[in-house]
Amino acid sequence: MSSIDPEINSGSARRFSPSDWIMKIFLHWGVMPFLLVIAVIIFSLMSSRFLTADNLINLFRQSVYLVLVSLGQMLALISGGFDLSVGTIVAVASVVSALSMGALTLSFPDAMWLVITLGCLAGLGAAMLIGLVNGAGVAMFGVSPFIMTLGMQSIGFGIALFLTAGVPVSNLPDALGDVFGFGVVLGIPVPILMMVLILALMYVLLNYSAWGRHLYAVGSNPKAALLSGIRVKPVLVSAYVLCAFIAGVSGLLLTARTASGDANLGGSMALESIAACVIGGVSLRGGIGRLENVVLGAIFIGLVQNGMNLAQIGSYLQIVVLGVLLIIAVVFDRIRQKRLYRL
Amino acid sequence: MSDALLSIEGLSKEFPGVRALDGVDFELRAGEVHAIFGENGAGKSTLISIIAGAQAQDRGTIRMHGEELRFSSVSDARRQGISAVFQEFSLAPHLTVEENLCLGEERLHQRFGLLQLSAMSRHASALLRRLNFEIDPHRVVATLSRAEQQMVEIAKALRAKLSVLILDEPTASLTEKESEQLFSTVRSLKQQGVGIIYITHRIQEIKRLADRVTVLRDGKNIGVVDAATTTEAKLIEMMAGRAVEKIYPTIAANPGRNILQLSQMRGSADVDVDHFVARGGEVVGVAGLVGCGKSELLRMAFGIEPMKSGVVKLDGQTIKKPTPRRMLDAGVFYLPPDRREEGLMLSASTADNISLNALTQQPIHFRSGFLSLSAERTVTRDIGRRVDIHPSNLPRATALLSGGNQQKVLFGRGLTRTIKLYIFDEPTVGVDVGTRSAIYYLIKELCEKGAAVILISSDLPEILHMSHRVYLMRSGRIAADIDRSRLTEAAVLQHFF
Repeated sequence: MSSIDPEINSGSARRFSPSDWIMKIFLHWGVMPFLLVIAVIIFSLMSSRFLTADNLINLFRQSVYLVLVSLGQMLALISGGFDLSVGTIVAVASVVSALSMGALTLSFPDAMWLVITLGCLAGLGAAMLIGLVNGAGVAMFGVSPFIMTLGMQSIGFGIALFLTAGVPVSNLPDALGDVFGFGVVLGIPVPILMMVLILALMYVLLNYSAWGRHLYAVGSNPKAALLSGIRVKPVLVSAYVLCAFIAGVSGLLLTARTASGDANLGGSMALESIAACVIGGVSLRGGIGRLENVVLGAIFIGLVQNGMNLAQIGSYLQIVVLGVLLIIAVVFDRIRQKRLYRL
Repeated sequence: MSDALLSIEGLSKEFPGVRALDGVDFELRAGEVHAIFGENGAGKSTLISIIAGAQAQDRGTIRMHGEELRFSSVSDARRQGISAVFQEFSLAPHLTVEENLCLGEERLHQRFGLLQLSAMSRHASALLRRLNFEIDPHRVVATLSRAEQQMVEIAKALRAKLSVLILDEPTASLTEKESEQLFSTVRSLKQQGVGIIYITHRIQEIKRLADRVTVLRDGKNIGVVDAATTTEAKLIEMMAGRAVEKIYPTIAANPGRNILQLSQMRGSADVDVDHFVARGGEVVGVAGLVGCGKSELLRMAFGIEPMKSGVVKLDGQTIKKPTPRRMLDAGVFYLPPDRREEGLMLSASTADNISLNALTQQPIHFRSGFLSLSAERTVTRDIGRRVDIHPSNLPRATALLSGGNQQKVLFGRGLTRTIKLYIFDEPTVGVDVGTRSAIYYLIKELCEKGAAVILISSDLPEILHMSHRVYLMRSGRIAADIDRSRLTEAAVLQHFF
């Protein structure tokens, strides 16, 4: 996916002009650089602890889970749909892995790593199953992604509650939390390493594989993709499965961090991940979106939450701010699309 | 006759980087059908959208009965008696005919402000009766045929007192019978003294309907001529700015073996063709009216339209259940008629658009399963050079390219792989004459190198000048198979209707 040059100056003004530069940055990067600058200024004024190394590292570590889910969300968005069930996938992966580990510990009390591995596979399998159903509904039966994933969100949440009777599953193997929750390798927290690994894989997949390019094509113009010999349905299905896989990994890491399998994990992930993507310049019309910007978008949301915590803004108001940010991002995205592509 | 209903002087309109209209004069008399003829991009649509009040001019005056007019909106123009029927209808598809006819001008009960349904219903029926349109006012618009929808659109334009009616390519998607219906409506409006501005690409329609023709080219008025006495060649020359012979190349006919062979093709889209052949080294034209199945036949063969039965043979090999992927792998390229709808990824770069169907092929695809972006750059740059797309356009979004360049991008996509058979479906719709000629020379090159070319077109001059052999289709069947020695306009037209 080669990036697109906005080409706004039509040769008239060659002189430096601040408004031209602002427009150029806006067209190339979207609204995020501006929001980022504004947020950093406001929060560093409101709290002296905000711009400290400790806080920033903390911020990155906390953002891992949303970065991963947003990455999955981005795949669904690029394909021209979206996935409202990512939060549910996080919860299902958490609950299923925790329950399997509990059951397996009874059978193999001595083989802790075997239990952890099988438990994680079970969680990921359940997550990908939800993705498969989402993808099949959207691609094979033509259900709108909105309804399909909204329905799956309800189904998944219900199953997770049913399996746990609404009570978090605890008594997980200690090694799980020690390694994947709080472990540090080469001075870097393990969750961050996992995130970097997945980011690298995704970057290659999106930019250097035919599958990635086909995904962009399907989202951009499914008819053109079909006429160009692309198998549109398998591409769509695999996008939802991969989205669910990444959300599932996020769910496992959260389970390790909280040392419990909880059906209420990921409740706000759908909204937050869509916000992160849109702030990161992913188009809701499909076909447009870059991984590095989405990562920044997710970190930006983490930053806003972190800053508001430090500034002692209550969690209820934080929810309001998040909604406002999402809408602002979409409004500016529309303006940008119009300017860029004259759609 | 000399006093004008509408007279326009020195109309100019500029868009960033384009002068769409450049001092255009235009005159319309009452009771006249005045055709506007020109290439796409010549300024026709800008001219009518200014007259209809959808855009404002930069300079120039519009007078009606000698009085200067300035419109702030389409509804403002409509109040002053000017109404336009654009190609894209302004009907709400899920409402009924009568609801649409009253849309925006609903009658309200004076005291309660609620709709007066029976009065609106009477008004709509009276309107349809006055125009002799036989359409049930209670039907939902989405269930009407394209022609019936157009009649509703015209009725809507005529609900107020009207002096000027603008019709923008009204027959573009009508069947022949539906067109006849439209023509008689136009004639009766003409008798009522309405001035009609009629935009069309079709010279036959100009000959049948119009009194005078204004030819536009590059935003300028090239001349106003009498429709009855001006020859077709003269009109094309005025439109294109060069003689017909210079637009079309001479393609050497060198028919070789059968590349595509279709038999017993039946589809849900009313197609019934027993035998169709395209050979290497020849251009096969497929002509016929809109809706005759000429596009559907080959879309079935390419695997886009459902096929009930039929055998598709490529190079002697039967292809079971054609899909675009299988056909491409077998060496068939299909260029869709609507580049925005089915061809381009508008938000993606030009280079990405060119390489789209070659990502799974050498050299862009490594054996390791990954893409070589540098090979892709080389491929797209080379193809860009062949189809004459400037390298600086390669990283730009295709949405920003002109219609002609967009079409070249689609042609470029056909050059990334080894192709034995090219199917070009309306390849020159909406492109300027320079690009059109470039496309014709490209077709010549492909054909003379031995590929089979199928040219599906509604543009009769294009079919006559480019084809070695023509299949004429009518109501889903092949009405005639005419080879070059017998290929004349009269021979083709006789099978059209």
